[in-house]
Amino acid sequence: MTVATDDLETLLEHAAAGVAFDGLHVDESDDGYRLETPDNEWTGLDETELHHALESCEEYVTNWRYWQDRVGGEGTARRAFLRWCERAPLADAETDHATTGPWSERSEGDADAGGEPLAVPERYDALRDGIDREWGQLSITARFVDIDDPDGERVYDLWHVDDAGSDIAALEVYDDPRDARELATYDDDGRYRPLKTAPTLPAGWAFTGLSGAALVETVEFFYPATVANWHRELQGNLDVDHWLETAERQTGIYDVIDELPREAVEWMAEACCVDSQCLRRREWQYEAGDELDADGGDGPFPCREPCSLVVAAARKWTTLESETEHTYELELTTSELNQLEELIDAVAEDRTEDIREADVYDGANRYRARYLRAKRFDDEGELEATRVDD
Amino acid sequence: MQALVIAAHGSHLNPDASDPTYAHADTIRETGAFDEVREAFWKEEPHFREVIRTLESDEVFVVPLFISEGYFTEEVIPRELRLEEWDPDRWESDGTSASQATLEAEDVGKTIHYCGPVGTHDAMTDVIVQRAETATEDPDVGEGFGLSVVGHGTDRNENSAKAIKYHSDRIADRDRFDEVKALFMDEEPEVDDVTDYFESEDIVVVPLFIADGYHTQEDIPEDMGLTEDYRLGWDVPAAVDGHRIWYTGAVGTEDLMADVVLERAADAGADIGDAREAVRELAASVADTGPEPSAGTGTGD
Repeated sequence: MTVATDDLETLLEHAAAGVAFDGLHVDESDDGYRLETPDNEWTGLDETELHHALESCEEYVTNWRYWQDRVGGEGTARRAFLRWCERAPLADAETDHATTGPWSERSEGDADAGGEPLAVPERYDALRDGIDREWGQLSITARFVDIDDPDGERVYDLWHVDDAGSDIAALEVYDDPRDARELATYDDDGRYRPLKTAPTLPAGWAFTGLSGAALVETVEFFYPATVANWHRELQGNLDVDHWLETAERQTGIYDVIDELPREAVEWMAEACCVDSQCLRRREWQYEAGDELDADGGDGPFPCREPCSLVVAAARKWTTLESETEHTYELELTTSELNQLEELIDAVAEDRTEDIREADVYDGANRYRARYLRAKRFDDEGELEATRVDD
Repeated sequence: MQALVIAAHGSHLNPDASDPTYAHADTIRETGAFDEVREAFWKEEPHFREVIRTLESDEVFVVPLFISEGYFTEEVIPRELRLEEWDPDRWESDGTSASQATLEAEDVGKTIHYCGPVGTHDAMTDVIVQRAETATEDPDVGEGFGLSVVGHGTDRNENSAKAIKYHSDRIADRDRFDEVKALFMDEEPEVDDVTDYFESEDIVVVPLFIADGYHTQEDIPEDMGLTEDYRLGWDVPAAVDGHRIWYTGAVGTEDLMADVVLERAADAGADIGDAREAVRELAASVADTGPEPSAGTGTGD
């Protein structure tokens, strides 16, 4: 491959103002052109000499062209995300935040699997094989269109992390980003997924040969706003709205949620905002300077504000928490009390489907639950309990 | 660069609630009139709160996919978009005349053209008429037919009924249908008694709702007596008290809705080229080939 004439022309156009990108430097002065890469430096070149010199560092030229012409959007989250995909240095990453975000650590023991950015020659080697990153439950591969004679043009493949080892022939292949909406709508059991960052994305599909823009669009349909908020976090300017702020902002039927007691907000965070339920990492606290004890989780995407599901659930809990506590008396054996605990735990952990039909040793087994109901519920279908505090 | 955001309600419980939003967004994407088109929701993602930051465009046109001016369009959406300078007076609306207001979203420093809802735009009248055409599979439907526009209606928001009456009056003025009547679920005159309000044997009933769901696929068909149980489905037309009722659900699912979204954005200054013509042609070609008989296969949730 050689440096194309139009690449040269474009470079010459930019040379007057100076080109400095990913290790490539081209400047124009009274002495002629200066070309510099991490390995070499040429000075006092005329156009022909510059063209010749560029031939020896064509990787830098095609890399520059890809980011200059094809990706563009300097300073945008889209560009930063595509650079993250191929482990290119992130110009706008604050050093303090450079290791946050959904870095792929899948290949433990492989030094290259982490967040260390790659220089152009290493990246070009890696892009021939494909560079893999993980974004939540998405596995993204950046690769060259032409691996034998790369001209710098990248394409991107996308599938579920669980399918990373699958034969592509076994997957349903898509190329329209909008198909991601359908794929993200239901979980494996056919249940609606109102929370896009729930860790329940079904597998079995692949997007292949996406352009950079189409990749970002697809990712946005799977995980809306995660790219933008990741980029903000990377730049150190993620804006966080804490619980009280969000709660006090609500009107209409949600107006009441700022009355949810602080300790109930703790329980709510513990119930909703954990890795088993959501891939986001809770960054919001009760209010600025008043952190919740509940762990925010290790999710890859920053959660900058209570989501609409939490707000809706908070309304219910606000109502429930306004009730007065009473003392009830009911007859239970010790094992039955234990069984209530097992039942609650099984539902909370979404474990009921896993309990085997005949596993009567599990307190949440359906026959055990039906037996308890038959024994302890009255004719109205209620637990036989007596309030004793009035 | 200019972007379009279609702001809709969405649902935590019903995956179909967002279907019309996606469909109309896709139609507008196809026209290429906007550099970016984004769906945003109150109950789904991206949430109103975060949608603007996902855009690269500096000029953003936000069109609420809502029927009425009221709580969502005047309070919730502008607040969640962080339009700090927003005030409902900016629309100078009597309840059906909101156009647009230009503001800044404080978290991103972008110019937001916040438009009135699709439901109160004049172009919505055409969509209701088109709905009657697709329901009857007759592009010339009118003579010998009564048309009822049905709204939710509520004592809590007077604007809710205004939009219904507004379009009913506009359709009546066209003298196309023998009779036109605005009916409601939660206030008089009620849709339950639909046949009491018409002399025409044939009555097209068009619910002015954005998405099909509980009301359009369960409540209204049962209330009108189209079916004993929505799960059993109903005929189009269905015979009720000596009348034929032509009913096919929420007008918001009509293809021409994309045109109303475009008109809202164009009214606010968006450069949409000939996108409206493209959408109208598309909607017309869909109408020509006949509607999908959606009746009786209601979403049921």
